[in-house]
Amino acid sequence: MITLENIHKSYNLDSNPLHVLKGINLKIEEGDLVAIMGASGSGKSTLLNILGMLDEADEGTYMLDNTRIANMSETQAAQYRNKFLGFVFQSFNLISYKTALENVSLPLYYQGVSRKIRQSKAADQLAKVGLAERTHHLPSELSGGEKQRVAIARALAADPKVLLADEPTGALDSKTSFELMALIQEINNQGKTIIVITHEHDIAHMCKRIVQLKDGVIVDDKRIKQVNALAHVE
Amino acid sequence: MWNRDRWIEIFETIRKNKLRTALSGFTVALGIFIFVTLFGFGNGLKNAFNTFFLDDATNTLWVYPAQTTKPYKGFKSRRRIIFRNDDLQDLQDQYGLLLEGITPRISRSALVRHKNESNTYSVRAVGPSHQAVEKTIITKGRYINQSDVENRTKNAVIGRLVAQDLFGKEPPMGKYVELNDIAFKVVGVYKDEGGDNEERMVYIPYTTRQQLLSGTDEIDQIVLSFRPEIGHAGALQLEGKMMRFLKRKHSVDPSDPAGIYIRNVADDLKQNQDFAGVLQYIVTFVGLGTLIAGIIGISNIMVYVVRERTKELGIRKAIGATPKSVIRMILHESIFITTVAGYIGLLAGIGTLALIGDRLEDYFIINPQIHMGTAVFATFILILFGAIAGYVPAKRAAKIKPIVALRDE
Repeated sequence: MITLENIHKSYNLDSNPLHVLKGINLKIEEGDLVAIMGASGSGKSTLLNILGMLDEADEGTYMLDNTRIANMSETQAAQYRNKFLGFVFQSFNLISYKTALENVSLPLYYQGVSRKIRQSKAADQLAKVGLAERTHHLPSELSGGEKQRVAIARALAADPKVLLADEPTGALDSKTSFELMALIQEINNQGKTIIVITHEHDIAHMCKRIVQLKDGVIVDDKRIKQVNALAHVE
Repeated sequence: MWNRDRWIEIFETIRKNKLRTALSGFTVALGIFIFVTLFGFGNGLKNAFNTFFLDDATNTLWVYPAQTTKPYKGFKSRRRIIFRNDDLQDLQDQYGLLLEGITPRISRSALVRHKNESNTYSVRAVGPSHQAVEKTIITKGRYINQSDVENRTKNAVIGRLVAQDLFGKEPPMGKYVELNDIAFKVVGVYKDEGGDNEERMVYIPYTTRQQLLSGTDEIDQIVLSFRPEIGHAGALQLEGKMMRFLKRKHSVDPSDPAGIYIRNVADDLKQNQDFAGVLQYIVTFVGLGTLIAGIIGISNIMVYVVRERTKELGIRKAIGATPKSVIRMILHESIFITTVAGYIGLLAGIGTLALIGDRLEDYFIINPQIHMGTAVFATFILILFGAIAGYVPAKRAAKIKPIVALRDE
């Protein structure tokens, strides 16, 4: 599904370049649930941005679903993001003046799906994340866990190949975090490829594979015995 | 443009961001409103100017006698030239074909009394042609006529305000007024577009005045109206011919700049028209200034609006909005708001002008109005610049990477 070969990325900060990614090689199969871990400054956010086509690598090849991602115009990148990728952010990033349903149907709007189909698909998606009762609430009327569920529903609305989650539990308490991970595991079990960036070990261990990043290189990459998140939710 | 989904999206955004919508809408509406009212006031000022200064007939020459400044043919300098009735006759004989009318004018002020009411007014002793020169409008009775002049009648034509002052509600026609204790019969009442002062006058036959001035045949000044067909050039020629004729007749040195003066109203008209033109420039300048202020206002709002939405635009881009769709959304929304608001401002401005009407006549604003084309053009300009002002920041916002926009708090 995803192949990274020798990815390099530098930022120019105050004229001395900061080498953030120093040759990343990574292969992720379809249906995998990967945790990317690392201390802050290890390059994990930069890696996620490159995976999410929010940023471009200086060097190396990035293959997504057998398509080479390079030298794309903003318009092309937007279309690929819409078709291949779903994003979940630590700070939810819902549009504050739109209801849960409208937020979830937005990716479909940009795909040109008609309004009726958009709304029914969005409602289905909200039901899947357990928010059937909350469709017409504004983000400000939802709890943190609910907001993140809306964000997941939105990320899944356009049926992307890969779900990218950047510290999805960073703003949640541990009980809500585990509930959310249970949801992510459930989505993964249905076959979706998911990449989770986190610095919490218990969250990472609810994935199937942990990739450890340090100073811009992968120092460890191992399959683990997945911990069932539901077991932590009483 | 007619994509229903996009309209729904825009209406939702507008409905849910009332402050933002109100802010930009208000700026545009206010800009257009001020433009329309100020421009209308400017036009009102111009109208007032035209009414006050351009009300007299423009095909008029005024001939005055004065003191000479050069000795000539044995006469000393500083000799006083005096016009008499035969000058009137000579001018009529010489240039009659070019003239519409010719009249003397002898102005004196007099205490005018009717019963217990009295006041001092300017009394003009004139001939029948004077009516056309001053554009006097008779509302009752008649003007001074040829028979009045020939018979030296004691008939008078009084202004609307004289009638109002002296007679109140009493009908003045056929009644008598005393001019310095000599009774005159009121044969007519007139009004004049030239303002109140023009309506506080009394007209009497010039021959009667001459008789009262102990039988003299002297004339203060001669007023001629020439046929408009001869044009400005013809009038200048006529002026020159009359000057030479009168100087020869009264033995004034042809090179003497004084002695006889001729004022050509056509020249005055040109000056007044120039001044009206300056007024027009001022009005246009004020209008342009307002419009520029409005454009700056809407530009600021648009920059602010896009800035405020940076994060939202980042989210939209992360979930698949193309840069084009982001720009289109912002432009569509801003053009819609400015069009509606501009229309409201336009209606409000025109409504205000209509309401004011002639109520500000005392402040020299008469019938303030704006040309519909000008108003619509101004609205269009504001909408256009609102769109441009929105486009620049929208394009920038559409270009920034979503990751940067998302970091924006």
